[in-house]
Amino acid sequence: MNWQASANLTALKQRAKMFAQIRHFFAERNVLEVETPLLATSGITDLHLENLTSQYTGPHFPKGVELYLQTSPEYAMKRMLASGSGCIYQICKAFRDDESGRYHNPEFTMLEWYRVGFDLSDLMDEMDSLLQVILNVSSAKRYSYQAIFIEVLDIDPLQASTESLQAFLRNNAQADMANILTEKDDLLQFIFSFFIEQKIAQTQPYFIYDFPASQACLAKLNPDDSRVAKRFEVYFKGVELANGFDELTDATEQRKRFEQDNLMRQANGKHSKPIDENLLSAIAAGLPDCSGVAMGLDRLLMLAGQYAHIKEVISFDLTRC
Amino acid sequence: MANYSTNEFKAGLKIMVDAEPCNILENELVKPGKGQAFNRVKIRKLISGKVLEKTFKSGESVEGADVMDTNLAYLYNDGEFWHFMNNETFEQIAADEKAVGDSVKWLVEQDECTITLWNGNPIAVTPPNFVELEITETDPGLKGDTAGTGGKPATLVTGAVVRVPLFVQIGEVIKVDTRTGEYVGRASK
Repeated sequence: MNWQASANLTALKQRAKMFAQIRHFFAERNVLEVETPLLATSGITDLHLENLTSQYTGPHFPKGVELYLQTSPEYAMKRMLASGSGCIYQICKAFRDDESGRYHNPEFTMLEWYRVGFDLSDLMDEMDSLLQVILNVSSAKRYSYQAIFIEVLDIDPLQASTESLQAFLRNNAQADMANILTEKDDLLQFIFSFFIEQKIAQTQPYFIYDFPASQACLAKLNPDDSRVAKRFEVYFKGVELANGFDELTDATEQRKRFEQDNLMRQANGKHSKPIDENLLSAIAAGLPDCSGVAMGLDRLLMLAGQYAHIKEVISFDLTRC
Repeated sequence: MANYSTNEFKAGLKIMVDAEPCNILENELVKPGKGQAFNRVKIRKLISGKVLEKTFKSGESVEGADVMDTNLAYLYNDGEFWHFMNNETFEQIAADEKAVGDSVKWLVEQDECTITLWNGNPIAVTPPNFVELEITETDPGLKGDTAGTGGKPATLVTGAVVRVPLFVQIGEVIKVDTRTGEYVGRASK
């Protein structure tokens, strides 16, 4: 009997209220609400993100075309920014293959916004204000990636060698993982997830910034310290809530990173993915200096209403859709 | 035995870990937004009974464990082995001390127990939730006390010791919950 909603009416009402609060928050700040396509001809090259795909056949594509369900609206929103939209936000569905669990549903709701002229610190201020409204919490604490590793584990993530990170895992009952994980970034991400995330941000959100340059994704490198990138993440009560960048505006560098992604995919036995040429053309034409961030709204609602499983805040989760 | 990918993990699945059959109790996906996914799994080792956490890289495959439960009637103990029989096929299985473990104190002849088999060999014996056993030793206590003011220890025919109300006497048969080791009542005979 799975026809009934997995979320109760209280959760659905909290969801509607949260959407209203978010829309009010951005209306007050003159940020324009937009919609961009969830289906696109390109997907994402990230090593650890997989698109769901669909097939369209009809006018314009009589022989059929594979369309990628977007893992986030980032690329289309950047094309809007490059065409002069000014500050924009969007509440939309995002899709990720192979992700289902307590904090994951393959179809989920995302809030993504871009602020022209904001640097990362301005955007963190705005994120902080929004979280205080939705979660009724005190102001977030901010640590650099390096500082939080040193504070919690006494490891310097920028200096540490792959071998020393593996040794840390062996000394902390994760010998299997020490043998399996051979890339420094995989090791850092594992250590962060299993040894830091659960220990921090129990009473207020934590913003972690200055990620290692090798985890820059679509962020600018820090001009004062090229070992780190202008990327931040938000954590609260063991949940990864948001990921933000001071957006890379250099199309050549962006293409290099996408190609690097595809090389990594191939090295890991995955298919390489088509690069989004529309995005690269838009960046080349002129993406204004801006910062942007994406936040999982289902998780935000879980935190706001103290729900234990994502299905409790989604009308019909994967097992009922 | 088949292999299972982490995507097939769920509570109740039996897998091999450190060359020992294990039962998955909980399975959680851990996936940083931009990182490799992992499964954090809580398992019970079926031979040692130990519960521990284990991490797998998502997508990894793990060997399944050929573990099955079967309901068999307890027959007798020959000093070394405890013998059980399938009442329909009359097939018999002998479990050693390691497999019987603490359940030995709840074994009543003809009671149907759950025997856990790994590759056909018994590794665990689970008694019925309720068993009826005779009291062989207990303090005579106060006659006429029916209120159960804290009770007294009583030794049962199998050697198990449970707390019983003061009015229960030697020679009586009582019903015990084997999961908690608690007295439930006098057996209805």
